Amino acid sequence: MEVGQLQRQFVEHTASMFHEGFLDGQFSQLQQLQDESNPDFVVEVVSLFFQDSERLLNELTRALDQKCVDFKKVDAHVHQLKGSSSSIGAQRVKNSCFNFRNFCEEQNTEACFRCLQLVKQEYLLVKNKLETLFRLEQQILAAGGSIPMME
Amino acid sequence: MGLKKQGHHHLVAVRLNEKLGAKRKYTFIHKASLPRIVVLWFVFMCCISYVIYERMDADNEERRKEVLTSMCDQRARMLQDQFSVSVNHVHALAILVSTFHYYKNPSAIDQETFAEYTAQTAFERPLMSGVAYAQRVVYSEREAFERENGWTIRTMEKEPSPVRDEYAPVIFSQETVSYIESLDMMSGEEDRENILRARATGKAVLTSPFRLLGSHHLGVVLTFPVYKSKLPPNPSVEQRIQATAGYLGGAFDVESLVENLLGQLAGNQAIVVNVFDVTNSSDHLIMYGHQYQDGDMSLNRVSMLDFGDPFRKHKMVCRYLQKAPTSWTAITTAFLCFVIGCLVGYMIYGTAAHIIKVQDDFHEMQELKVRAEAADVAKSQFLATVSHEIRTPMNGVLDTNLSSTQRDYAQTAQACGKALITLINEVLDRAKIEAGKLELEAVPFDLRPILDDVLSLFSEKSRHKGLELAVFVSDKVPEIVMGDPGRFRQVVTNLVGNSVKFTERGHIFVQVHLAEHAKAVIDAKAESCLNGGSGVVLSSGSQFKTLSGCESADDRTSWDTFKYLVADEEFRVATEETSQNVTLLITVEDTGIGIPLSAQEQVFTPFMQADSSTSRNYGGTGIGLSISKCLVELMGGQINFISRPQVGSTFSFTAALKRCEKNAIGDMKRLPSDDLPIAFKGLKAIVVDGKPVRAAVTRYHLKRLGILVEVVSSIRMTLAMSSKNGSLRSKNERQPDMILVEKDLWMSGEDGSVNLRLQEWKPNSHTFKSPKMILLATSITGAEFENAKQVGFADTVIMKPLRASMLAACLQQVLETGKKAQQGKDNGSSFLKSLLCGKKILVVDDNRVNRRVAAGALKKFGADVECADSGKAALALLQLPHDFDACFMDIQMPEMDGFEATRLIRRMEMKANEQPMNGGSTAEGREAEWHVPILAMTADVIHATYDECLKCGMDGYVSKPFEEENLYQAVASFFESKLNSEP
Repeated sequence: MEVGQLQRQFVEHTASMFHEGFLDGQFSQLQQLQDESNPDFVVEVVSLFFQDSERLLNELTRALDQKCVDFKKVDAHVHQLKGSSSSIGAQRVKNSCFNFRNFCEEQNTEACFRCLQLVKQEYLLVKNKLETLFRLEQQILAAGGSIPMME
Repeated sequence: MGLKKQGHHHLVAVRLNEKLGAKRKYTFIHKASLPRIVVLWFVFMCCISYVIYERMDADNEERRKEVLTSMCDQRARMLQDQFSVSVNHVHALAILVSTFHYYKNPSAIDQETFAEYTAQTAFERPLMSGVAYAQRVVYSEREAFERENGWTIRTMEKEPSPVRDEYAPVIFSQETVSYIESLDMMSGEEDRENILRARATGKAVLTSPFRLLGSHHLGVVLTFPVYKSKLPPNPSVEQRIQATAGYLGGAFDVESLVENLLGQLAGNQAIVVNVFDVTNSSDHLIMYGHQYQDGDMSLNRVSMLDFGDPFRKHKMVCRYLQKAPTSWTAITTAFLCFVIGCLVGYMIYGTAAHIIKVQDDFHEMQELKVRAEAADVAKSQFLATVSHEIRTPMNGVLDTNLSSTQRDYAQTAQACGKALITLINEVLDRAKIEAGKLELEAVPFDLRPILDDVLSLFSEKSRHKGLELAVFVSDKVPEIVMGDPGRFRQVVTNLVGNSVKFTERGHIFVQVHLAEHAKAVIDAKAESCLNGGSGVVLSSGSQFKTLSGCESADDRTSWDTFKYLVADEEFRVATEETSQNVTLLITVEDTGIGIPLSAQEQVFTPFMQADSSTSRNYGGTGIGLSISKCLVELMGGQINFISRPQVGSTFSFTAALKRCEKNAIGDMKRLPSDDLPIAFKGLKAIVVDGKPVRAAVTRYHLKRLGILVEVVSSIRMTLAMSSKNGSLRSKNERQPDMILVEKDLWMSGEDGSVNLRLQEWKPNSHTFKSPKMILLATSITGAEFENAKQVGFADTVIMKPLRASMLAACLQQVLETGKKAQQGKDNGSSFLKSLLCGKKILVVDDNRVNRRVAAGALKKFGADVECADSGKAALALLQLPHDFDACFMDIQMPEMDGFEATRLIRRMEMKANEQPMNGGSTAEGREAEWHVPILAMTADVIHATYDECLKCGMDGYVSKPFEEENLYQAVASFFESKLNSEP
């Protein structure tokens, strides 16, 4: 593929992610933090986020499957997930975490379960999108182009 | 939530009831019992009056009785005396008769003699109607006797006497009773008995009372025996009878005589006297008085009479004629007592009723008060709860950093959210104050950097509006004072914030003076004005001698006063010097729209703004001033203002703080920004400024850096001075190290030629180190900036408001040749970079994504970052000695949260600081004390969290995820000064 096309695709993809609310300003801040001295910063952080989130989601699934749900634990996990998602700017994940925590406080198992599904869904979506983004990035780099700066 | 609230209400209600119940017990008069008490009182008063009446009546009775007794006794005694006198006289007559009738022979007495004698001695026997002598004649002698006297013996009925053993015919008689002559006395029943008894006893005897013959008055007859021969010493009855010759008798006309006697005595009419013969105790025979009872039967007096006849007993009975008169005095007295009692009772009743009413009112008030208080508590609780409840969603709102096409909306939303949070924090503060939960700290602090900080908060706004914003703290204000820096800052921030909000042109000027000093100066000035001093001439020009030249509301703050306050002369106030207390006067002066006169009274009422249009134009809730007032009052001060519409407002407040010796500060919060660099000490600066107040401010900041300052009013003078200096350089006169010029001075009057000369002058100067030219400006356009550079202010432009630390940073850049001169407005990332570059920073967060991002952000600014994934790990890394410059700490972490970790770290540091400096070598190059700045990382943006942070020993907080602006603000205050002090 042509570099220009790739670049355009990259820009569109990024814009749509912001537009659809998957990402927020925090992600742009992350991008700004990345420089020559730290070339893989965003990818590094995001993959950390993936690992963390998958672990947390697994634990959440397990915790909510228990007969007697330990809401404190659930809440702690959700808090973690919320913290990391807000750190990378995964806005929709963060927002669903916010609701999740409210239901934790109410100790509403059913609603929590629904929230978990929602969070999982959001997570998978953003993961998908981000992976696409990184793939595009690599393709552009491989094609010898430069990553277009947003904003 | 709903349940919780109900619980509160219930609690309040219960407490209310308890309170009321407790109060009710103390009521000493119950309403219902009052009428009963009144009736009882009435009955009681009746009894009292009756008793009084009785007592007085009894007294009267007693007196009456005494009078009666004495009267009766007197009468009885008199009667008895007179009686016995008469009896004695009859006795004498008897002896007379026996002597001259029987012992003489022939008899010396005949009827004529007797009658005459007795008539002449009748006055001796006032009680007797008459006396007569009857001779004893036995039957055998009757005929001889009748023959001798020439008449026959007759009975009382005046008939010839029948045959008897013995007769006692009257032979001599007083004229008054001559009708009884020749009558046989033995024929009458009483007389006969009398005669027999008399001759048997030899004494005077009395008959029982009977109606006398002549007068038909009641009377008694007295009989005396006359013996013809002398009797043996103790004669028997027989002997006496044998010797008896006759009987002398007299009639007592008791009735008329007693009447007579009583007539002579006073008070006769008042009493009734009865005399009785009580020989037969069952049958009282009346001698005097009416048999039927009359007079006052209730009271009588009996006096015994002794008429000398032991056989007969008599008594006198006296009683009042009339019933005791009703005692008006007693009745009146009793009645008056009753009336008085009733009146007193009425008064007491009235009072009691009043008291009860007042008490009822009081209870009602109390109840209302308790209810009002409960409502107030409920209100505060509601506020607190609601604020708390708002917090959570607010975080959500503020966390949302939209960056899509809605960025614009999002930014608006964020701004609104931040404003809302500020409001909530204010409301919380207000609620806290009302609930009395707000407690002031007393820690040592330096108010100068605090004021600088406040100014920096508003610097951007003021620059934007082109306002002069300045702070001035008098030299006399102690460097370190004890008080609550947070609250102090809050009040000043609020006042300055208001001023900035409402001011479109001119200046905002914050001053701090010793209250006593300021007062003294103002008083002195007022005095000089009164004495005809020249204070009035000033306002003739359009320029006022204030900070910006605009007129201010309170002209006491203009240069005329200010110069005295600034004057170096030592101001000594004995009390201030010696006592530990220091009262500061802080004034915030602006040249804004002022407060309309009509609204000035309500300024400190919560939620009151001058008028509704104000809040439309300027926004805000108007709660700030009321909070400020509360806080100032808590700090033991007062807040006041002077405002003139369209001219400006000057708010001033006093704060009572405590002095604090600088060496005695152990626990002072060491904010790194407190320490100003000392590198500038001894440098010399010339400030060129036509406005003395503004020059004084500039001087104040420079002086804090230890720079010697000289003020000149124009560039021309500066040039003159400099050239003079140039020629005298070899002497001890020193070349100034810098020249600071106000922008407006340079822009206005001084024309191009001056600029030119300025330009020329500089390269011509042969000094080794030519003075740096610095331009001071509130705002500057690009063109102006270029122009300034050309003219000679190549070194730097310092943007106002001036702050000592900022000034230091700028001067650092200017004076250091190695560093690239940066422009005045160097905030943002480049500055942040310069601050953080090379610093070793510990990031503590259990979330590795967050950790990585934070580390990345800090690394980006050149910091050397190390990470820890838990509070414990952080504690291990921060074991002393370490070489971390700062620590960013997440608050919410499992096991050991940020607060706990910080507390442990601080304790550890304190222990190390207390130990003698054995680790001196390791702590080399550091300050003597361990205190690693710890900044909280939190997604919470509420004050309360911030308070919590400070409480457990943290130095500040940054929001998470990092915002550059926020990070900059937090970090700047820590590293600014350090950066400056490093070479």
